[in-house]
Amino acid sequence: MNNNKPIRRFVLGMVAASLALGGLASAAYAQRDPAYEQARSSGRVGEKMDGYLGIVGAGSPELQRLVNDINIKRRAVYAEKAQAANATLEEYALTAGCLAIARTVPGEKYQAPDGSWQTRTSAPPLRDSRCPA
Amino acid sequence: MRQAELTLKGSGATPLPMQNEHSITMGKRWMAPVLIASMAALGGCISVNAPDGPIVIELNINIRQEVIYRLAEDAGNTIEENADIF
Repeated sequence: MNNNKPIRRFVLGMVAASLALGGLASAAYAQRDPAYEQARSSGRVGEKMDGYLGIVGAGSPELQRLVNDINIKRRAVYAEKAQAANATLEEYALTAGCLAIARTVPGEKYQAPDGSWQTRTSAPPLRDSRCPA
Repeated sequence: MRQAELTLKGSGATPLPMQNEHSITMGKRWMAPVLIASMAALGGCISVNAPDGPIVIELNINIRQEVIYRLAEDAGNTIEENADIF
């Protein structure tokens, strides 16, 4: 019984810590704006190789504003993280582009290594040869 | 007795520097072809070298891929942390 007490206290502590972390995570990991989500699923915007969003086909001023807004935010995040990782902005953005293309779901658009827009299928996307598996 | 001693000393002293000089010249003659051969070999190595342009490009690609692999985990976390803009 004497041995069980510290273990129980430890387990309770871990449960409390994981609950607190989970709460923080759900608060920080905000979801996509509905307009952005809709533009993605309808294939009007796509993931470019360089780590930024691109407009597929003829855009509208409204869509351009949405894409610019997201790309400015992405660039700020890349710059901060690249500095912390001792890498250049372009290197970090290209790595994020590799991963963002890999995370597209069927129906969404992405840019292939030849620069063309492709629609993601259930097959793996066409990516730069330097992209990690 | 005294005269004989003097002549012996004199004759004994003269051939020694001659012998030394002879051995040095022999060494120099033997070294010369070896030096020329090694110079020729070195010259051959330098002329065989290919232009280093493509090698530099290949290195650059390797470094970049290495960097991408190093950043992959960090970038994956960044995308998850900023799910609203990815």
